[in-house]
Amino acid sequence: MPAVLNLVLTATSPAPAAPLPELAQTHKLARKQPRAVGAVAWQGLRSWAADWLLAWSLAWVVPLLLLALWSVCSHYEWIALQVLPSPQQVWTTLVDLTRSGELLDNLQISAVRVLYGFGIGASVGLALGVGLGLSRSFNAYVFPLFKAISQVPVIGWLPLLMLLVGIDEALKFLLIAKAALVPVAVNTCQGIQGVANAHVEVAKVFRFTRWQLLSKVVFPAATAQIWNGLRYGFTHAWLALVVVELLASSEGIGFMIVYGRQLFQLDIVLAAVVVVGVLGYLIDKLLGAAESHLLRWRKPGL
Amino acid sequence: MTFLHLNKLRGLVLPAALLLLWWLAVDRQWSTSPILVSPVAVWDRAVLQVSSGELWAALSASLWRDAQGFVIGTLAGLLFGSLLGGSRWFEKLLGPSFHTLKQISLFAWIPLLSVWFGLGDSAKIAFIAMAAFFPVVLNTFEGFRSVPRELIEVARVFAFTPLQLWRRVVLPAAAPSIFTGIHLSLIYTWLATLGAEYLLVSGKGIGNTLIDGREHFWMDLVLFGVLVIGAVGYALNHALSLIEKRLLAWRQKTIAQY
Repeated sequence: MPAVLNLVLTATSPAPAAPLPELAQTHKLARKQPRAVGAVAWQGLRSWAADWLLAWSLAWVVPLLLLALWSVCSHYEWIALQVLPSPQQVWTTLVDLTRSGELLDNLQISAVRVLYGFGIGASVGLALGVGLGLSRSFNAYVFPLFKAISQVPVIGWLPLLMLLVGIDEALKFLLIAKAALVPVAVNTCQGIQGVANAHVEVAKVFRFTRWQLLSKVVFPAATAQIWNGLRYGFTHAWLALVVVELLASSEGIGFMIVYGRQLFQLDIVLAAVVVVGVLGYLIDKLLGAAESHLLRWRKPGL
Repeated sequence: MTFLHLNKLRGLVLPAALLLLWWLAVDRQWSTSPILVSPVAVWDRAVLQVSSGELWAALSASLWRDAQGFVIGTLAGLLFGSLLGGSRWFEKLLGPSFHTLKQISLFAWIPLLSVWFGLGDSAKIAFIAMAAFFPVVLNTFEGFRSVPRELIEVARVFAFTPLQLWRRVVLPAAAPSIFTGIHLSLIYTWLATLGAEYLLVSGKGIGNTLIDGREHFWMDLVLFGVLVIGAVGYALNHALSLIEKRLLAWRQKTIAQY
């Protein structure tokens, strides 16, 4: 066995049973252990990094292949450029739209709509959900009507609301608010009703006041689901925004898509779709991060 | 029994009050706007739509479209979802792309699809299928991933063949989640059917009926359309819940055994 290999072997594996005095052997082991642990940790880190790099690079294979196919396709004009513009063209359009400020203006308008609509919808939804969850008689009076209204999707209400309030901002706020309201209310109600009976009983044994019961037991237990509802609500609001801007708007990111389609400038359409996707992705990540922060007190179960 | 009955009646108070308010508003002529139509007009319109067969023509066109898109999208979703859940390599290759793509707001695809597939039925069906695809994939994937490891280990101990493992362990464990996906996809396809009919205006459909009513300021037709949409959504939802209950009945039994 070559000396170098021997050295490597002894460095990573426990010392072979050598005819050494016992004390010296334990001493030697004690000195060796940290190095071994360090090596294992280093190896673990390296394999983790390798895994991560592998996963990361594998994730790019398909998109890059598609992109390559797309550019080849448009280069040889297998598909007419009006129907599928080249990636370069989409990129230039995206840069142009950003430079001219058109994109940002439209995004700002859309953002205001979503925030207002979601704000209204989520607050009403929270109030409604708390009412539905806490009071039996309120539930009995209101829930059937609420359920009937929520059966009709946002897009079903659109023509009706267009007749009632016109196609101004009010329409957008109302529709986006409705889209956010339903999941928020449903999840808040279920979250409150789903609080374990045992917890409420313990609180009763401790003679909690009603306020204590709500603030110390019911709401903390329901937080996860309420947050879930808010997240769904935001997704729905974002969906409703795009719909309403596609159908009844003269500004906003959704309008850019329709506008590009009407002019048959698919590069604008694709650029706007990319922006919608990237924004959706970022919002999702942001909400995910907020969730783990908000629910950090929840210890992972066994 | 009577108490239960009274309890149920409480839910009717608000709708009845709204109806009364509406009727009063028309009767006392609080507003002269043409969009303030009486409940009676809506009823008349409903009768007319049903007796002339217009409702049936529009509704059957919509439902047929919905069904086609639902089947295509759900099958594709089941296939893709099981591949994603069953194979680590597949997930590593396509998972991130899928999760990025699903972030694109669904309706943003319509203008693109209309260019690629034309304004006819194929674009609508493609869109409806997309609406079904995403929730099914997500939930199928989740279902396969959350099969308890212990169950698979037990199956290994019993030397199950892959087919047995799949049929006896993986599929039953993943079934509830898969059903959730299919249920969601049904809700989304109905929404997408309406959206497709609004945005790709051609042909018949209940969405076209609504758009028609709006363009002519026929509030009675629009209100009737909204009612029909709600009813259909409710019926679809209810039917699927029943099927789900039946197919997953074995789960409730195991719980009842404890």
